[in-house]
Amino acid sequence: MAKKILLNNIEVPGLANFEVYRQLGGYSAVEKALKSLSPDEVTEEVKKSGLRGRGGAGFPTGMKWGFIDKKSGNPRYFVCNFDESEPGTFKDRHIGQLNPHQLIEGMILGSYALGARKSYIYIRGELFYVLSIIEKAIDEAYRNGLLGENILGSGYSLDLYCHPGGGAYICGEETALLESLEGKRGNPRIKPPFPAVVGLYGCPTVVNNVETIAALPWILNNGGAAYSAIGVENSKGTKLISACGHINKPGVYEIELGLPVEEFIFSDEYCGGIRNGNKLKAVVAGGSSVPILTASLILKTAKGEPRLMSYESLADGGFETGTMLGSGGFIVMDDTTCMVKNLLTFARFYHHESCGQCSPCREGTGWMEKILTRIENGNGTMKDIDLLVDIAKHIEGNTICPLGDAAAWPVASAIRHFREEFEEHVKLQRCPLSR
Amino acid sequence: MEDKNKITEFNSETLDLVNRIIKRYPQGKQKSALLPVLHIAQSENNGWLCSETMDYVASLLGIQPIEVYEVATFYSMFNLQPVGNCVIEVCQTGPCLLNGADELLAHFEKRLGIKSGETTSDGKFSLKTVECLAACGNAPVIQVGTEYHENLTIQKADELLDRWQAENKISHTNPYV
Ligand SMILES: Cc1cc2nc3c(=O)[nH]c(=O)nc-3n(C[C@H](O)[C@H](O)[C@H](O)COP(=O)(O)O)c2cc1C
Ligand code: SF4
Ligand code: FES
Repeated sequence: MAKKILLNNIEVPGLANFEVYRQLGGYSAVEKALKSLSPDEVTEEVKKSGLRGRGGAGFPTGMKWGFIDKKSGNPRYFVCNFDESEPGTFKDRHIGQLNPHQLIEGMILGSYALGARKSYIYIRGELFYVLSIIEKAIDEAYRNGLLGENILGSGYSLDLYCHPGGGAYICGEETALLESLEGKRGNPRIKPPFPAVVGLYGCPTVVNNVETIAALPWILNNGGAAYSAIGVENSKGTKLISACGHINKPGVYEIELGLPVEEFIFSDEYCGGIRNGNKLKAVVAGGSSVPILTASLILKTAKGEPRLMSYESLADGGFETGTMLGSGGFIVMDDTTCMVKNLLTFARFYHHESCGQCSPCREGTGWMEKILTRIENGNGTMKDIDLLVDIAKHIEGNTICPLGDAAAWPVASAIRHFREEFEEHVKLQRCPLSR
Repeated sequence: MEDKNKITEFNSETLDLVNRIIKRYPQGKQKSALLPVLHIAQSENNGWLCSETMDYVASLLGIQPIEVYEVATFYSMFNLQPVGNCVIEVCQTGPCLLNGADELLAHFEKRLGIKSGETTSDGKFSLKTVECLAACGNAPVIQVGTEYHENLTIQKADELLDRWQAENKISHTNPYV
């Protein structure tokens, strides 16, 4: 059995209630940290754990905390990124809905380490019903002396609030999120300066993903070394994977990093294989933004080694033959899937979600959507396929934030690995798979 | 439906809520309350934001009306035109499409006799397509107000529609209550 850190109690009835969470040992990490560890010692444990950001970029969490400017004398902020809008990703909702106190406990730990006195959970507006669950849990935590003035008599005080978004994928990008939290349009900021120096209201700020924060209680209870003993290479600990598409058992799974992809897709413990006995055709392994891979490349690297669910193994082969772990949004497609149509929905998504600040992203995403619509409807030409590749190349690396790259990579990779399917649409002047 | 009760003032209960929300942000940063307050305002203004309501929100937060318009036009959850009593939002992104979101949308269009983006002539329903709702494991998914309905089938969609028809469903309720 794989080790469970994030979901070990997820099936306990009433887990969202304070008493149930407390009885299972909840908030013991807060007790331990606030009573016996200094803020820097908490940061040290997180550094030792090797925990990397679970929002998609995989940046080492302890190192990020280390950048926070503690000398400026300005207030510091700790912000939870609960925007969860990357297509294929639905893991944070699982935690927020079923185990809100784990997130709150992590928020207290992170806030204490960074010296924040006000912290925010920015949650996408569509998930208002989850916001209500978390706010109820926050009230319970206040009533039990775990939030507010002088927490557990430690002298440390913290206020924690939820803040709803308004429907905009770009607000998951951390500087756009901060703009949005300030009551503005979600336009990403130019970096540097990074939020650790100039963040919310111009003050030092750390933004972390829900899953990253939810791992903190376990790390503080068990020690950073115990966490880093799990996993492979620089992929430490466990990761939530939200699996969807043409599999028998869609859902949220906690895996130890390093699990073979083949086992994840085909074993009954996880996805349970492909639906209706169909054949695996393609996988998008880390949310819609990462390169798509063929069945053979997701199961084995170009060198013929088994592909593992880890940052390193999924990236093996670069963008030619590899992909990324990303947010852990694992989208599985069987042989009934049209690659052009699937890509078209992603292109439409990025066009819709571009904030419009950079012309390569604003215009390029629109062109890609238009050309893909043309190809899918049977009006495309062979030149259109090369044009798509060309547009993707011109967006990549030429924008303020990574949404531009996120829009370009799916297009470039789909054509790299499934070019003949695009060509067939052009030759037949229709989708070969449409009825 | 355009002119009924355009909200240019909250009642005292809603004002209390709004003031509590404003206090969550540091002094002088009350603009931060804009998104939560717009959600509340939209729910009280029959599910959409007219300029009168947005001007009122601006005055409440002590900011310029343009600052409110900028934000309201940026975020897709805010409707800038009148909508029906019950707004049905159908997810159209890849993972939902892999599980029949196309057929589901077509079915809603057929049953309601409208296209996505339109409102039925009796003002009861509006249909909207939206992007990934972070529930792809239970695709296809729709959202109605603060409710999610997951693992939808044509049959389940019909049951929901029948129920909403019968009870005159209103989807825009204050999300904080
Ligand atoms: C377009 C875009 C969308 C993003 N969406 C999310 C998101 O929904 N949730 C998230 O945690 N991170 C998202 N990120 C990553 C954040 O910018 C940031 O790296 C992350 O919140 C940092 O937290 P972590 O280090 O704990 O992962 C997004 C990034 C980009 C460029
Ligand atoms: S890359 Fe796109 S989303 Fe990002 S800042 Fe530029 S226009 Fe906005
Ligand atoms: S694609 Fe519909 S919920 Fe994610």
